[in-house]
Amino acid sequence: MSEFEPKIVGFFCNWCTFTAADLAGTSRLSYPHNIKIIRMMCSGMVDPKYVIKAFLNGADGVLIGGCWPGDCHYINGNLKARRRVAMLTEILKEYGIDEKRFWLRWIAASEGTMLREVVSEMTAKLKALGPSPLNREAPGKEKK
Amino acid sequence: MANFIKLSFKKGELNQKLADIFKGMMEKGVVNALLAPMKQPKRGVMLTLVTDPFHLEAIDPFAPVAPVNGAKVVSSITAKPSGRKMAVVLRSCEIRALIELCKLKQANLEDVLLIGIDCLGRYENLDFVKLQAAGESSESFIVKALAGNTENSGCDVSGACKICEFPVADNVDLRLCIIGTGTDALYIESLTPKGDQALEAVGLKTGDTPGNREAAVQQLVKKRKEACDAAFAQYRASTHSIDALEDKLANCINCYNCRVACPVCYCKECVFVTDTFRHNGDQYMGWADTFGTLKMPTDTIFYHLTRMSHMSLFCVGCGQCTSACPNSIDLMPIFRTAAQKTQQRFNYQAGRSHDEKQPLTVFENDELVEVTGQVK
Repeated sequence: MSEFEPKIVGFFCNWCTFTAADLAGTSRLSYPHNIKIIRMMCSGMVDPKYVIKAFLNGADGVLIGGCWPGDCHYINGNLKARRRVAMLTEILKEYGIDEKRFWLRWIAASEGTMLREVVSEMTAKLKALGPSPLNREAPGKEKK
Repeated sequence: MANFIKLSFKKGELNQKLADIFKGMMEKGVVNALLAPMKQPKRGVMLTLVTDPFHLEAIDPFAPVAPVNGAKVVSSITAKPSGRKMAVVLRSCEIRALIELCKLKQANLEDVLLIGIDCLGRYENLDFVKLQAAGESSESFIVKALAGNTENSGCDVSGACKICEFPVADNVDLRLCIIGTGTDALYIESLTPKGDQALEAVGLKTGDTPGNREAAVQQLVKKRKEACDAAFAQYRASTHSIDALEDKLANCINCYNCRVACPVCYCKECVFVTDTFRHNGDQYMGWADTFGTLKMPTDTIFYHLTRMSHMSLFCVGCGQCTSACPNSIDLMPIFRTAAQKTQQRFNYQAGRSHDEKQPLTVFENDELVEVTGQVK
């Protein structure tokens, strides 16, 4: 059986975290391929539905990347995102989706190194945590 | 506090006594209309908008039934105001939902004289009709319920009512009190200048105090809170995973009745009935290919979790979702347990106050630092 590779869905703000991912790329800083990035115009554009859908479809983790408080391109979308994440975390926790699987992080456009660190850290922690209870493709799980 | 008026009544006269007061209010022009539970010509009791005092005799404010949550009814009358004054008689769950709808600008209490009743629970609609046909009255229900017995001919009040910590309505102008008042008297309590004026206009002067009320209310609230804690603990012990939730919702047919019945499901158009969820055939085939099967209709758990993320902050625990389910899924604990967690997270309580801002409508620069754990 091969080692468990967690699947992470990343919702990255176009103005900061997505640019940071670009910067990491152009700086030849490699980060785990476990993350599949979806570019959003703002972390405040991440509808809780997107996160729920990702988990229901078997994502082992969801990472939302936004601008640091005060730096939002749309003034305060990131602060709205933070409240939504707090709310949604409570609901997901009730049904066994641990908050360790659902991250919001502030990563500025210049922080390519930090992007690499965050993605590496999350991948390592999810590997230790094991597959999401909803991941039907993880090794050792039967197709159902 | 002696803001009460004692209203003694003989057996069978409660509704008449209340009708007389409302008649006075309408004739003196305190209000132009009354929205209250009323006996219907065929059967049952429904909220009814009365503009001609002649018809007031059929009102039955304490009928133990709530076919719909009245907050939605008040919303439909007041969201675009009529300019006419209306007295509204509702129970606590309806009033708390109404407060949330006001914050969402889907209702308006400017021209409303809000009257809350002490609520001892409601029967499911069909059970109520059955009891009504058997000759049960609101008064006989009150007497039995105050003695701690709500069961009647094999029917009992809804599960939501048994664990409701709010038998008494807050944030009202007037309160019709029956808890701790003795079975031959009702007390009207005035809580606002608007309430005082309404009572004065019909020649009622406050000055009485029901001796046992406070203790009786506290005792009932305590009993309900304990029942609530026990019910939540039991639910959580049996439903702590998505797998277990799927089991609970196994009979769901995506009819979305729970959201239609929900007083605080606030979207004008639910995303689950829009084009976003109308897919092409090849899309369904593709999903089926992934695991070999695809349950139809799809997105059942997705719908319920999304609904939670929308309404749990405003859930008042009225239990209309459970009542509305055609397949007898007990939805109330599903939504109430989620609501308890999300409301606690923001130290918010749906319907507690007009002044508390809904948690997702406000935000601060330096709050909830624990979400990211990052400090610059």
